[in-house]
Amino acid sequence: MSAEPIGPHDLGGAQAGPVELHEHAVAHWEKQVDAMMTLLSERGHLKVDELRRGIETLGEDAYERLSYYERWAQSMTTILLEKGIVTPGAITAKVAEIKARQP
Amino acid sequence: MSGDHEHGHDHAHPHPFQPDDDAGGLTEHMALVAAVRELLIEGGIYTAEDERRAIERMDARSPAAGARMVARAWVDPAYRDRLLADGSAAARELGIEVGPTRLIVVEDTAEVKNVIVCTLCSCYPRWVLGLPPAWYKARAYRARVVVEPRAVLAEFGTELPEGMAVRVHDSTADMRYMVLPARPEGTEGWGEEALAAIVSRDCMIGVAMPDPAQSAA
Repeated sequence: MSAEPIGPHDLGGAQAGPVELHEHAVAHWEKQVDAMMTLLSERGHLKVDELRRGIETLGEDAYERLSYYERWAQSMTTILLEKGIVTPGAITAKVAEIKARQP
Repeated sequence: MSGDHEHGHDHAHPHPFQPDDDAGGLTEHMALVAAVRELLIEGGIYTAEDERRAIERMDARSPAAGARMVARAWVDPAYRDRLLADGSAAARELGIEVGPTRLIVVEDTAEVKNVIVCTLCSCYPRWVLGLPPAWYKARAYRARVVVEPRAVLAEFGTELPEGMAVRVHDSTADMRYMVLPARPEGTEGWGEEALAAIVSRDCMIGVAMPDPAQSAA
């Protein structure tokens, strides 16, 4: 009845089970992701359409596997790298630093 | 008496009923977010204070804003007309900021039930309803509500009368929908505050209908 899906995000009419009504509290790191998007877009570094492009090109496997804000985080990182606002080397070093800081 | 739990200690200490949000340890994505966040702050793109304020603004938004608009529309036909003509302007009229995206309000009647969704992502009128519930962003709701809305609404406990039409509105990046539910019978003479109290988030998404019995009034 409908056209082929345009990507893994195009879910209208797809097969799916019952709606999972369990409500999840939004974790602080998820709010930080949301705030990051708001602040970057307010300051003209990243548009919502770019966020969506980044999410829609994650690939089917990642789209299904990642949680909502994990997709945002992945997409925003990709776009920030494309724009040169952050660099791969700086991210790798910072991730290592953060992990080392863990108790 | 049998006051002992299976673990058999006395209750000198309180039991945590919900673990802390971040108690699961640091995932790869959490580490990535923390890294990018620190790089942006170090790079002067924004400050930790900017972030704190943004989260505070986010937390302050709730369905109470949308409910206020609904209640006003129920008691003031002229406001209802303005709300349906231009949702964003009608929100601002009540001092409710709605951001750059256009707000379109769709009205339930005795014959028509409206439901909102974003099949492609998770567009949601967060300025008037706060952050979306998890199910609104998840696969099942987005996939199914456009093809079998009655079955999906039944999962929320909402059974629609046989002859009622269902209109499902799929959001786009440039606009947001909100449902103006039908004012239920039994609320004649109620004030705006009492009316707003029975207008829940789910009523404005369209998966539920206001129930006067839910009111403390």
